[in-house]
Amino acid sequence: MAFQLSSAGLAKVQMEMKRYETKESAIIPSLYIAQGENGGWVNVEVIRELSRVMDIPEARINEVFKFYTMFNQKPVGKYHVQVCTNISCSLEGGRELAKHLCKELNVKFEDVTPDGRFTISRVECLGSCGTAPMMQVNDKYYEKLTPEAAMNLLRGMK
Amino acid sequence: METKLLSQHYHLDEFRFLEGYRKHGGYEQLPRALQMQPQQIIDEVKNAGLRGRGGAGFPTGMKWGFLPKNNEPRYLLCNADEGEPGTFKDRMMMERAPHQLIEGMIISGYAIGSKKSYIYIRGEYHDSLRIVGQAINEAYKAGFLGKNILGSGFDHDMDVYSGAGAYICGEETGMISSLEGLKGQPKLKPPFPAVQGYLRKPTIVNNVETLAAVKYIIRDGAQGYRKFGTEKSAGTKLFSLSGNVVKPGNFEVPLGFPLKDLIEGLGGGMKPGRRLKAVIPGGSSAPVLTADEANKATLDYECLSGMGSMLGSGAVIVIDDSQCMVDLLGVLMHFYHHESCGQCTPCREGTGWLNKIVHSILEGRGRLQDIDLLLKVADNMKGRTICALSDAAALPVISFVSKFRDEFEFYVREGRSKVRGTSYAEMHH
Repeated sequence: MAFQLSSAGLAKVQMEMKRYETKESAIIPSLYIAQGENGGWVNVEVIRELSRVMDIPEARINEVFKFYTMFNQKPVGKYHVQVCTNISCSLEGGRELAKHLCKELNVKFEDVTPDGRFTISRVECLGSCGTAPMMQVNDKYYEKLTPEAAMNLLRGMK
Repeated sequence: METKLLSQHYHLDEFRFLEGYRKHGGYEQLPRALQMQPQQIIDEVKNAGLRGRGGAGFPTGMKWGFLPKNNEPRYLLCNADEGEPGTFKDRMMMERAPHQLIEGMIISGYAIGSKKSYIYIRGEYHDSLRIVGQAINEAYKAGFLGKNILGSGFDHDMDVYSGAGAYICGEETGMISSLEGLKGQPKLKPPFPAVQGYLRKPTIVNNVETLAAVKYIIRDGAQGYRKFGTEKSAGTKLFSLSGNVVKPGNFEVPLGFPLKDLIEGLGGGMKPGRRLKAVIPGGSSAPVLTADEANKATLDYECLSGMGSMLGSGAVIVIDDSQCMVDLLGVLMHFYHHESCGQCTPCREGTGWLNKIVHSILEGRGRLQDIDLLLKVADNMKGRTICALSDAAALPVISFVSKFRDEFEFYVREGRSKVRGTSYAEMHH
């Protein structure tokens, strides 16, 4: 079945198209809406649906999709664990933290664990440098972590 | 000791809501500002010597002065795409004091004759997006936004826009592209945004902290604001202190504050048994200072640029003697390579080469001539591109290699870190 926005999703996209000065400004917000309805990632069917709904060429939406890192180009786990490995977090053990999570979960970076729960990513600065090292799980920040504390948090996420 | 102007009420939970904000003087400057002539406000901001707090340090009043003198619609765009590694001051402001930003923006919008503003917040800042969005709704309900604000005849609408993960959107023309629904690629200047910005209309882009400071310039007057800081660096500034210090965090101090006092005093100094090795004083794009330089530096535009670095966004990243500079340069080059928008060849290719060369040294494949090759590539990237990202990648390379060359040479010769004694593979694989 080709991807289709839900009626609620469609209404949200249409609202975003009226919210800004031009409907093109709604491409980013609409990609977020569609990604949410497609299990956390965007594929060609999602682009096609947005193109149809927004009446904007697929290529135009696709170039925006590919440019921004918050749009996932492949499936992610139910919990997308993004560990900051930029400079301030690296100074305080962010890279070791990221590696520890992969080792404990026996998964490679960017892959999904077999139970579908987790994807571990290394990401650039998330603006939480005073509370390093840190990770973002879906929308939420977890700060001042140790590798063990981070793993304990993940164990509690079912 | 901190000097708290912008951050005075951060500790109060109620300050993030309209009612609590008003208890502590909130929205008292807006009616005063609306009784002034717009030009008076612009002059006050000019006389206060306010400079952009996002990174470039450009004089705010002068930027506003570049707007065309006609009635063309114009936009105010708040840069809340805080992405400069090490920086987390704007997030705190949006989460702890959103109305302070909104009040500063309405006043600034009135000064420049803008009826519409957007706050472009980086997509990862979910809490900031939610809290600022709620605060805007509160401001509308109270009549501080919308039509005929407080009976002044001035109309102003405000909205937030969520970014989606791209460092380059913190560059003002990249941000404009992004808001227009494009890839966040910077545009060639001139024309500057003040002449042709969002949708080719005159647009002023200012940082969160800059816009919030405008409120205090109205409250205290230009001279009152100038009580803090130096002649060329007026006022207070928020510094995001991170890295190997005991007490990292955001601290507000007058510009001209000794860097040593920030690290040793407010930051609680180095961890037990550790010594200061280096400081990146203004976000990852700022050239690194050695410990000796850092101990002499003051946090203002003129001192740091005199030392060949910059105040930047005010992100002070502290590096202790357990850290390997080759390893850290690897982290930075990965970042700039990842974030180059790909538009200009010197940056797209240059960041890729810098990243590859540093990693070849880290992985034990380096040659001694690679150290000079790093400098040569970096030199070829400076001043040759549409925006400053290329320079921002090149400058750390030049400073890291020239100030810590012995660590790079050791790594090439021995295939391991001079500081840690281990190889990159042992450390990270």
